[in-house]
Amino acid sequence: MSQFAINLLFVGASFALYIGIAIWARAGSTKDFYVAGGGVHPITNGMATAADWMSAASFISMAGLLASGGYANSTFLMGWTGGYVILAMLLAPYLRKFGKFTVPDFIGDRFYSNTARLVAIVCLIVASVTYVIGQMTGAGVAFSRFLEVSNTWGIWLAALIVFLYAVFGGMKGITYTQVAQYIVLIIAYTIPAVFIAFQLTGNPIPMFGMFSTHTESGIPLLAKLDDVVSALGFRDYTADVDNKLNMVLFTLSLMVGTAGLPHVIIRFFTVPKVADARWSAGWALVFIALLYLTAPAVGSMARLNLATTVYPEMAGQVENYEEAAQNPILYEERPDWVRTWEETGLITFNDLNNDGRIQMYNDAADYSDRGWEGNELTVNNDILVLANPEIANLPGWVIGLIAAGGIAAALSTAAGLLLAISSAISHDLIKTMINPKITEKGEMLAARISMGGAILLATYLGLNPPGFAAQTVALAFGIAGASLFPALMMGIFSTRMNSSGAVAGMLAGLICTLLYIFTYLGWFFVPDTNMLANTPDNWIFGISPLSFGAVGAMINFAVAFAVSRVTAAPPQEIQDLVESVRYPKGAGMAIDH
Amino acid sequence: MADDKTNAAEYWKANVRLIFGCLAVWAFVSYGCAILFRPLLAGIPVGGTDLGFWFAQQGSILTFIVLIFFYAWKMNKLDQKFGLGE
Repeated sequence: MSQFAINLLFVGASFALYIGIAIWARAGSTKDFYVAGGGVHPITNGMATAADWMSAASFISMAGLLASGGYANSTFLMGWTGGYVILAMLLAPYLRKFGKFTVPDFIGDRFYSNTARLVAIVCLIVASVTYVIGQMTGAGVAFSRFLEVSNTWGIWLAALIVFLYAVFGGMKGITYTQVAQYIVLIIAYTIPAVFIAFQLTGNPIPMFGMFSTHTESGIPLLAKLDDVVSALGFRDYTADVDNKLNMVLFTLSLMVGTAGLPHVIIRFFTVPKVADARWSAGWALVFIALLYLTAPAVGSMARLNLATTVYPEMAGQVENYEEAAQNPILYEERPDWVRTWEETGLITFNDLNNDGRIQMYNDAADYSDRGWEGNELTVNNDILVLANPEIANLPGWVIGLIAAGGIAAALSTAAGLLLAISSAISHDLIKTMINPKITEKGEMLAARISMGGAILLATYLGLNPPGFAAQTVALAFGIAGASLFPALMMGIFSTRMNSSGAVAGMLAGLICTLLYIFTYLGWFFVPDTNMLANTPDNWIFGISPLSFGAVGAMINFAVAFAVSRVTAAPPQEIQDLVESVRYPKGAGMAIDH
Repeated sequence: MADDKTNAAEYWKANVRLIFGCLAVWAFVSYGCAILFRPLLAGIPVGGTDLGFWFAQQGSILTFIVLIFFYAWKMNKLDQKFGLGE
């Protein structure tokens, strides 16, 4: 059977499973459509949250970023897990006690203001759409490779499939589909990692293998990797970072963004009790950690494998790296996986010095003494995880499994986000604000139409993305963290916070963050409309646009605090409401109102 | 009623204290050990690199898990103690 047929088989079988579950669990009422009827066990919910959470960015892109950035990109690991600590302690239990469908529901009711509700809807849509763009980018990479179509077709195919099951399934379908997707994606991620860790270090557990001895060279794997990459002019893999301020702020942005992203928060509305919301966050993190603890091993081992594929003499015990660098492989003798990825355009080769060999090194370094005239092999970060089994010569079924896993990751998150977007429009905007008398049918229809619209917009932007999947996603976190997280937290922890404060804070956080991002990445991400080049020299205090969410959140807190002190305190019944969300007692059935 | 109120206020205070404690550990392992204090921990070797690197890529995640379960367990006890559970 050809690899193409195996890929089709695995991807097709996993789709049949998800669609089957979606049909079996078809949403009956609007309540089911949004929150799965409120009876989901914490472990089940944790698993579904993990699938919802681990998107194309985590599955496809993150290991690639770790591979290329080494220690510096640990921010993604800590940011996307540490947010759950804040979520479990500062938001989830209280929002569950409050017991409504959506994030704008809480903000609108807590701040007794439709303006606040509208601002929350806008923040939610901006953050979620940005996030979906990242998913589309990632799904496009996965589809284009495994179904052997162009990147553009890959993205359109992904859009069609997301549309089909998000629109017909709703939340209940999504909860159980996502449990299935979690299982598919974690198996797909772990199996190649176990094989590779065993090949390289003799230790089959990737998170330990990474810190073990590299069998072929006899020195620790990370030390070997440092030697190899520095021989090619790169920074050491484990090298410390100079700009610690940016690293701290970036990690913080990802953490508060995690806690502020609506599609994650609504998951905690579906557990039966307040205590379960806390446990559920813990379980979600356990399931997420299974992948996140493996990712750094995948990244470092893939980086080493890639380098030793190009420079076979660097694999074993090396006396002189200068000599080992002299004999990279001939382009004609490149492995098959390089050939197949070249077809997608995600690996490119350009023989600058016309010696027929592949020189892969840091373009910023000068190796004219070695007869090198520039880096000749460009490898897109996003392909590393997908290409990993091929790089390590694993059997065809592992490659098929990775294909199914990568696509599951992208689709599950896209579906969860689309649900958050559609509920914001149909429930918060139309039903609560514009036409309270709308029928259940009308509301469902509005939800489905807004999902369709969001998919089209995200697909368009996925075709013209502002960065790698994980980087685009990081922007979404900045936006959510700067706008929604502070409003939610102050709504719970400050009885004095009033509607003017919250609205002013959210707007200040959102606008400052967007302005900073657009300045460097172009207005509304349209290429070439940026006012300053996106380079560290231009960043204010060295803070990258990706890290600005943390600053935006601080601006949000400060503005909200100042405005609330000079305006009237919230009415007594709101202060009582805030008191009541603090105590689990009397939470009642999930979402029965 | 007054009793209920003081009871509730104390429960909330205990909760906030617990949150502060947990978040101090959360910040210490991630922003501290993994980023800011990494140069200080450079002398402690872990499998080809140093302890700060390990915290950045493994240790902080493991600590986060422990923190959430610890918090959930402590809060369950608080819920019972103050009679505010479900």
